[in-house]
Amino acid sequence: MSTYTEKIREIALRLLKECKVEMVIGFRQGSVPMMSEPCVVRKHEEVDRLIWDSNCGINLANYLTNRKGKIGIVAKGCDSRNIVTHIKESRIKREQLVIIGVPCQGMIDKRKIAASVEGEILEVSENGEQVTVKTAEGVHMFNKKEVLQQNCCVCIHRNPVIHDEMVADPVTEQADVAPYADVAAIEAMSDTERWRFFDDLLSPCIRCYACRNACPLCYCPTCFVDESNPQWVGKSEDPIDVRTFHFLRAYHCAGRCTDCGACERACPMGINMRLLTKKLNKDCGALFDWQAGMDPDSRPALDVYKTNDPEDFIH
Amino acid sequence: MGNPYLPYPVRIDDIVVESEDRSLKTFKFVFLNPDDEIKFAYKAGQFAELSIAGVGEIPIGIASSPVEKGFIKFTVNRAGKVTSHLHNMKVGDIMGVRGPLGNCYPWEMLESKNVLIVGGGFAFTTLRSSIVYMLDPANRSKFNNITVVYGARSPGMLLYKDELVEWEKRDDINMHITVDGTDAPDWKYNVGFVPPITEQKAPQGDADSYAIVCGPPIMIKFTQPVLEKLGYDHDHIILSLENRMKCGIGMCGRCGIGRELVCKDGPVFTLNQINQTPREY
Amino acid sequence: MKVLKIEKSQWSQGLEKLQGTYRLFGPVKEKGSHNYQELSDGQQPDLTFQNTRLSPKSLVFPQSEEMLNYSLNEGEADHHILKETPKDYSPRAVIGIRPCDAKALALVKMNFDTDQYKDPYWLNLYNATTLVGLACSAPCSSCFCTTAGCGPFNEEGLDVLLVDRNDQYLAKPLTDKGSALLVGAGWTDTADDAQGGIDQAKTEAEAKITAKIETDNLRGTETMDLYNAEFWEDASFACLNCGTCTFSCPTCWCFDIQDEVYGKKGIRMRNWDSCMFPIFTVHTTGHNPRDTKLSRVRQRFMHKLKYFVDKYEQGIMCVGCGRCVRQCPVNIDIRKISALMNSVGANTKCTV
Repeated sequence: MSTYTEKIREIALRLLKECKVEMVIGFRQGSVPMMSEPCVVRKHEEVDRLIWDSNCGINLANYLTNRKGKIGIVAKGCDSRNIVTHIKESRIKREQLVIIGVPCQGMIDKRKIAASVEGEILEVSENGEQVTVKTAEGVHMFNKKEVLQQNCCVCIHRNPVIHDEMVADPVTEQADVAPYADVAAIEAMSDTERWRFFDDLLSPCIRCYACRNACPLCYCPTCFVDESNPQWVGKSEDPIDVRTFHFLRAYHCAGRCTDCGACERACPMGINMRLLTKKLNKDCGALFDWQAGMDPDSRPALDVYKTNDPEDFIH
Repeated sequence: MGNPYLPYPVRIDDIVVESEDRSLKTFKFVFLNPDDEIKFAYKAGQFAELSIAGVGEIPIGIASSPVEKGFIKFTVNRAGKVTSHLHNMKVGDIMGVRGPLGNCYPWEMLESKNVLIVGGGFAFTTLRSSIVYMLDPANRSKFNNITVVYGARSPGMLLYKDELVEWEKRDDINMHITVDGTDAPDWKYNVGFVPPITEQKAPQGDADSYAIVCGPPIMIKFTQPVLEKLGYDHDHIILSLENRMKCGIGMCGRCGIGRELVCKDGPVFTLNQINQTPREY
Repeated sequence: MKVLKIEKSQWSQGLEKLQGTYRLFGPVKEKGSHNYQELSDGQQPDLTFQNTRLSPKSLVFPQSEEMLNYSLNEGEADHHILKETPKDYSPRAVIGIRPCDAKALALVKMNFDTDQYKDPYWLNLYNATTLVGLACSAPCSSCFCTTAGCGPFNEEGLDVLLVDRNDQYLAKPLTDKGSALLVGAGWTDTADDAQGGIDQAKTEAEAKITAKIETDNLRGTETMDLYNAEFWEDASFACLNCGTCTFSCPTCWCFDIQDEVYGKKGIRMRNWDSCMFPIFTVHTTGHNPRDTKLSRVRQRFMHKLKYFVDKYEQGIMCVGCGRCVRQCPVNIDIRKISALMNSVGANTKCTV
């Protein structure tokens, strides 16, 4: 992974020196374990800020929305698919971007690690496939595969689908993963079980909107939860309003979500709201044979009408 | 402990449409409990939160004057959810008023001084309160020269038209009414934006003169250099700010500019004070 | 007031006695993290925690709180007239609040208890609550309370300070409310020479705190110099403008007031709000004084580290609990920002 860092810095420096871009968006070192901070670099001397490791789970395409000028952007597989979606949805122009593609080997899940160790985590370091976790109680070693984010475990698009530069050779895509196993488990539940499951899932929500704000797809000038005239959704902790927010947001992401996991990563309460968007992705795949952000040239499924679109819901 | 979030119940006693486009209405409220009127004792420059059950609240400057008893008046511009609802209400409807809130114009400081009042558009409400207060026989002798420059986009958009005409006739106040433009052939008063009319008509500033300015941000922006040219120091220029508010009592944190809260430390500030804080209003 | 000792074997029976008089609240572990909840009969607070994910401010300042109610039925005599919603202000106690969170409540009180206005909802809850603090013997690596005007054994805002000594707690009553609670629990054995032990433990705990926040130049720096500093662009870039920092922060108090109607009945409630949200300051006209991310991020830190400092002269509006640092999704770190603000002052100071 350290070679990724070197390559990113090298490319960023070259792009800035050659004035191909006015800025490069990437990550810099975090100040607490298992975190990194998105940052923008505009000057040559600043490129050494840029790093890459398995804590770069935030989706940087989120920082492209409606931005002007020429931008270099570091993008892993899922991020690149969101860039494609952004281009299709006119949030950014292809010509503005120099995409620094990162063949991703997965991001680690800080909550998974915290749940697997005793004591406060003081330091986490990586060395190839090995993740070393130092806590107040001792030292633990993990194989990275054991502590990956849920979405990374089932990811089949680790390589960027669109890029101008690549920091390494493509990695082999994972096979034999069941991306929708968790969704299927919920689909198998009875109505009452499912209701209770979602109630329990969303009960810790504090309406901070970290999930929405971390999501590149959520760029409405006024989100539906913020409208006041008329007001669609209450702003309190009332479970009805909390569910409305999450369910409707998931629907707005239907057919657009790339399962980057930024929403779950951002949530301070550890809510697995990806289950909702994944269900909708599964349905879009089944109904329209559609996966978001794979092809810069085709229109999104919910954007276009085909005569053979399923109609079995019309009675 | 009292509850500062609880409004005094009032009844709408009268509604006057002030502007020709019907966007401005003056509401006259009467307190359901006479004791509440005593508790509501206010000074010119303050505002109140008009409260409509089921809809919300809006912070509006008090247009009536402390010398007017038995009622309170507010002139409201129809702009959003609550104001639109209010505009559709009728005489006899019940709502609530919380206040008086905010600080007032610095009346003690203005005694024995010359007062220049510059107002634009529908920000004139608390200035009406001030003028009626100053012109009241009990108070007039406390102030020296009173000059007023008040302008609106057109004659139909002026507030309190009958009172403006009355004041213009008086000799204890120099009233200058202006409009940005008009085709009305019988328009007797000035034509021109408020800042240039101010430059022409307002008296020079000095240690004994103060200017109260209340209007849309653009008017304030262009009036400030005029007042400076006339010799008004920044701590002799008094402004009433607007900002997004909710509680109106300095607790919800929304209306802050720097360390000041517009609802509690303001809305009246001197230009000197505003120069030292971020302009986040 | 003498320091008492509570044998851990007497702990639960004391709590049971208290439950007769007080509604008890304490940290409870749920879904992998601790948060303050009401304790049911016989339920113990789980004190094996460093600090809770969300602060206990919700115990005196609920996230959603009904303030007033009304009827819109014109057939009723007092229709459209708002009335206070009756509340339960019976005595309550928080068992195991950390000194940082208790001091935070004392700082927030300055906002809700002023000469001109008093907030009855916040104050009544606060006054009805006895705060039994638990000193931090093992502070988090991200806690920086000692440089934020607080500390792991800080007593400000607490009614009792408990110090864990393995098989017993030392209980230092700090107020009459605190003494009354200890008596009510039946914890009356005095400890000999306890203050020395407490002081020793305090020094050890304070030494464990390595994180710090730099604030010494903030008071003396001009507001507008800080406001116009150049670092804000870079510092605010990552921010998502979500409410994570403000909602988890024990010293944040901004709220929104909303009316909600169901049929012919309605309530006026308040909900936590955040200066981070883009619509926090938007006017009805659409004009927004803080319509950029930079202005909102700047506002948060200026309020906490400068405006509050100047307004109340009680130090910064932060107690160093570290929650925002640990939970910010993009790792915006108040310690870094404070250092940047602090150095503006150092650079503009005359060095002659």
